[in-house]
Amino acid sequence: MTLIAEAPPKDTYIPSLPPIHTVTLTVNGIEAQLQLAPWTSLLDALREYMDMTGTKKGCDHGQCGACTVLVDGKRINSCLTLAIMQEGKQITTIEGVAQMATDAPSGLHPIQKAFIDCDAFQCGYCTPGQICSAVGLLNEGQAKTTADVRELMSGNICRCGAYTNIVQAIEEVINQQAV
Amino acid sequence: MNSFTYIRADSVEHAVNERVAETGARFIAGGTNLLDLMKETVEHPSRLIDITRLPMTSITETVDGGLRLGALVTNADTAYDKRVQERYPLLSQAILAGASPQLRNMATNGGNLMQRTRCYYFYDVATPCNKREPGSGCSAINGFNRIHAILGTQLLSQDGMPAEPQCIATHPSDMCVALAAIGAVVRVTGNYGERTIPFADFHRLPGNTPHIDNSLASDELITAIDLPQNGFPKNHMYLKLRDRASYAFALVSVAAALELEGDTITDARIALGGVAHKPWRKPEAEALLVGKPVSGESFQAAADALLAGAQGYGANTFKIELAKRAIVRALGQAAKLEPTE
Repeated sequence: MTLIAEAPPKDTYIPSLPPIHTVTLTVNGIEAQLQLAPWTSLLDALREYMDMTGTKKGCDHGQCGACTVLVDGKRINSCLTLAIMQEGKQITTIEGVAQMATDAPSGLHPIQKAFIDCDAFQCGYCTPGQICSAVGLLNEGQAKTTADVRELMSGNICRCGAYTNIVQAIEEVINQQAV
Repeated sequence: MNSFTYIRADSVEHAVNERVAETGARFIAGGTNLLDLMKETVEHPSRLIDITRLPMTSITETVDGGLRLGALVTNADTAYDKRVQERYPLLSQAILAGASPQLRNMATNGGNLMQRTRCYYFYDVATPCNKREPGSGCSAINGFNRIHAILGTQLLSQDGMPAEPQCIATHPSDMCVALAAIGAVVRVTGNYGERTIPFADFHRLPGNTPHIDNSLASDELITAIDLPQNGFPKNHMYLKLRDRASYAFALVSVAAALELEGDTITDARIALGGVAHKPWRKPEAEALLVGKPVSGESFQAAADALLAGAQGYGANTFKIELAKRAIVRALGQAAKLEPTE
């Protein structure tokens, strides 16, 4: 049997090659020039073009928080923004949060250390997003109570259900800072 | 996602010109809703005009004692702004009831008004949807419609007989419900200059053209939202009822605001979310409260008037009674007759 590829009808839209832009991103203090199609999300730029796979892709729709990174110190979902829109911004990923706390004797950000101390993860897939989100929460300074921490971490889902220990880890750092 | 070209606008005029030049072009700011819809192939713009570098990023005082919220100020920065918290706490409360901290850090004030329904069938390109594909039908009317509209859906045929609704989608915003109650004004710039749109006229009912969400012309860009002088800072409540305690869209929400002299109501605002194609307000229902004492009876009368003509479609019929009870509770909380927790 012979397979014959059918030619598309004449009026069918034929996709063109993507327009490629030179995009300069500053990630964890390092500037990188990338050749990207405009639809490349910040998440895909980090993972596929910069080999920084610490930031995780969960739902890719802004619902799970696994892709959370910090842009100019604010936590965002990197799956719902285009890399090209983030030129000129300071992007911090899980690979860079430790260097935000240079005086930490452990070499870790206090949130990272508290996650270890409190056993605030099981499989670990959501953890980079949880940690970046928690760092953003600290920067915002709005969480005063346990209920606040729970509400303000609601954009990060943990399917293992490590929530109790995650909240405990974050509260530990808030209490340390209050001293 | 479809192929598209990208341009970064360097002025409002530039942005508007780019939009006029290409029919398939769309503005992008926070991107939280548009990119999601593009990934689902519900939206397929041919060109994205990045407006994030335009000078619409501040909150300023207006000459008549109100606040002007720049279209590009994020929802988070708006909700936590000291002036908004003190003078428009209802707005702050409503914004913080929506989405997640990450999304509120990205989403802009202009974008919040422009977000599209979360109707499951609108998102599912395999199903008919009059909003997505005009004329294809509405899958929700006889489908899973727990989250759908109960108000403003009915249509009349040319001879005045009830006709089948075209769309029972709801507007998903919390922020817009508070803006409707406060009586904000939307400032827009288009090819022919600037104009203002009263909030009640910004979003529209589905009618026979449910693919049109609002009264913005295709070349127009939202530049700011003006808040009037009175933000009802003393007696207000945003009550949001949903299937889980956080990070979920409203089944029913109520923005209630009262002006009181002693126990007498001198002004009242009630806007509902999660029940219609736009934030639902009815000045006649609010007028019923003026001159009345704060009491469960007067609140119930207003609730009944607001829900007059409501129509359930099966799985969402519970919303009619839920909305009435939510109104009575929110007004009670606004009047401080009931605790807010």
